[in-house]
Amino acid sequence: MAYLVSHPDEVKVVSSRFGKGAASIETYLALDGYSSARKAIELGSDGIIAEMKASNLRGRGGAGFPTGLKWSFVPKQSAKPKYVLLNGDESEPGTCKDRLIFEHDPHSAIEGVIIAGLAIGARMGFIYLRGEYRYLLTIMERAIDEAYAHGFLGKNIFGSGIDFDIRSHTGAGAYEVGEESALMESLEGKRGIPRIRPPFPAVVGLYGGPTVINNAETLATVPHVFRIGAAEYAKIGTERNGGTRLFCLSGNVERPGVYELPMGYNLKKMIYEVGGGIAGGRALKAVVPGGASTPVLLPEEIDIGMDFDQVGKAGSMLGSGGVVVLDDRVCIVEFALRTMRFYQHESCGWCIPCREGTDWLKKTLTRFHAGGGVAKDIDNMRYLAENIMGRTLCPLGDAAAMPTIGFLKKFRKEFEDHLDGKPCAYAEQGDAALAPA
Amino acid sequence: MSAETQTLFSPGLAARFDRMVTLYPQRRSALVPMLLYAQDEMGALNDAVIAEVASRVGISELEVRNVISYYSMLHTKPRGKYHVQVCTNISCMLRGGNELFARCKEKLKIENRETTPDGLFSLEEVECIGACSWAPAVQVNYDFHENLTPESLDALLDQYRTQNGLADRGGR
Ligand SMILES: Cc1cc2nc3c(=O)[nH]c(=O)nc-3n(C[C@H](O)[C@H](O)[C@H](O)COP(=O)(O)O)c2cc1C
Ligand code: SF4
Ligand code: FES
Repeated sequence: MAYLVSHPDEVKVVSSRFGKGAASIETYLALDGYSSARKAIELGSDGIIAEMKASNLRGRGGAGFPTGLKWSFVPKQSAKPKYVLLNGDESEPGTCKDRLIFEHDPHSAIEGVIIAGLAIGARMGFIYLRGEYRYLLTIMERAIDEAYAHGFLGKNIFGSGIDFDIRSHTGAGAYEVGEESALMESLEGKRGIPRIRPPFPAVVGLYGGPTVINNAETLATVPHVFRIGAAEYAKIGTERNGGTRLFCLSGNVERPGVYELPMGYNLKKMIYEVGGGIAGGRALKAVVPGGASTPVLLPEEIDIGMDFDQVGKAGSMLGSGGVVVLDDRVCIVEFALRTMRFYQHESCGWCIPCREGTDWLKKTLTRFHAGGGVAKDIDNMRYLAENIMGRTLCPLGDAAAMPTIGFLKKFRKEFEDHLDGKPCAYAEQGDAALAPA
Repeated sequence: MSAETQTLFSPGLAARFDRMVTLYPQRRSALVPMLLYAQDEMGALNDAVIAEVASRVGISELEVRNVISYYSMLHTKPRGKYHVQVCTNISCMLRGGNELFARCKEKLKIENRETTPDGLFSLEEVECIGACSWAPAVQVNYDFHENLTPESLDALLDQYRTQNGLADRGGR
């Protein structure tokens, strides 16, 4: 059971039904549920896409691609059936928000999939949850059954003459499967090896048919756009970054939790006011602003608005909404090593720069953190990471390289302090958990 | 009655599998969920399970094995009755995940990916399980346990041990 938190600065849109029992369809209906799907049926495909474009909603899965634009890429005519695929693989370290949607408001995800289906002319949608989320799959399955029983799914949904089915689906442990083309492979019952693009999923996706793939939060937000109106939704956020998003505050903050804040909310304020500051009154050392793959920010770099453009300008990425806060006890070399261990473990092994590069970086960082580093390792690691960038089939290679480059660039001194067999001077200041194993 | 004349699975699960393969545009799409549910019931994906699943989705056993080897939750050897998965990824590491993992090893007297001799517990260090804001977190089978301390972790392991003892005596 994931805990809910609250802060006065929150603007609850996608989380507006959290904690209200909306997993039950009766409650969901009493809270305006499924009214947006009805509106969408009246609007029709072009009307829906126009509203989505006006909302300035950008994908919450990491890349921030405009949702309306993504949907508009799907061809109107297609010989093969079209599909909607909800990405609920949620595995980017630092990210735990989609889970709350599945637990507290599964019908919003279902309604979002229906609206996406109406927009692109699909007759079937899939809701893919990571395998570890079994209790959420049970909640989702029940919600889907309820929607069928009410005539919101199946034949002639809402009496519109349109048929639409949704299937829930589970993964079985693999970060890489969250990558959109690997996700399709997984849903087709295969290993999660990414596909070469083009063709893009909007043209050739699941079972060869045009497919829209969106993050769970993106799709769960869609009904709210129609509920409050696209213009109103857009107004909550900043330019080109409509609405709100769920930020997952974690690490060394006083009040970690998932908070829904307007796009563009100041990061420093998020940490010091919403999150209550650094735990135990310690000093801030660094912030990873959007999940493990996003480059680290220094304390003097966090006075920025949290939207895709502003964080990009600051040299990092808004990513998945996972804001990880590091206090002054954290050893950056150890943190970089833990991050790289993750990417090395999750690399699917298809391309050499990613498979070999992550393995080499992990080995170097391991040796380095244990005190066996030599001066040229520092530049070598940077060179290696820079040479993974842009040379891989899927963005996991970049996701491994980017944070590494950030750590090496911004904390070079800390790496140098590990040289000559000196024990880690940083972790020692902290508790035993931070000491190398 | 299952579509497979001879099935290894309970009637309920066999019926579920019969239906699952019809739910997708292609039968094979049912593969990953089917493997996971089969494993939950049988304890591991042994040769017989693999053979039946392969026949149900209409692919070769080799293809099924290829898929199993890709997914970290799927396994061909049995694990403990309680599979303790400790997250040590970044958000958990910052709040004592490594310490919890060390405590598990000490308390269960096993290393990573090992099983206690009585078959009760197995241990695995895992990557982010989606509990970062409630770190450090541990998953035992499918149950999440969050905001743990070494002390509450001890109590948790004891609780599973007791629960098992009660189950053995036919109680609850
Ligand atoms: C390695 C890797 C892992 C990813 N994991 C996820 C994930 O768990 N959930 C998610 O929604 N998107 C994930 N993505 C992004 C997806 O590929 C895709 O861009 C996203 O689901 C699109 O949805 P959106 O437009 O709504 O953001 C991942 C990407 C990569 C490269
Ligand atoms: S970049 Fe890495 S994860 Fe992506 S396809 Fe290549 S080897 Fe696989
Ligand atoms: S890092 Fe441990 S649950 Fe996300």
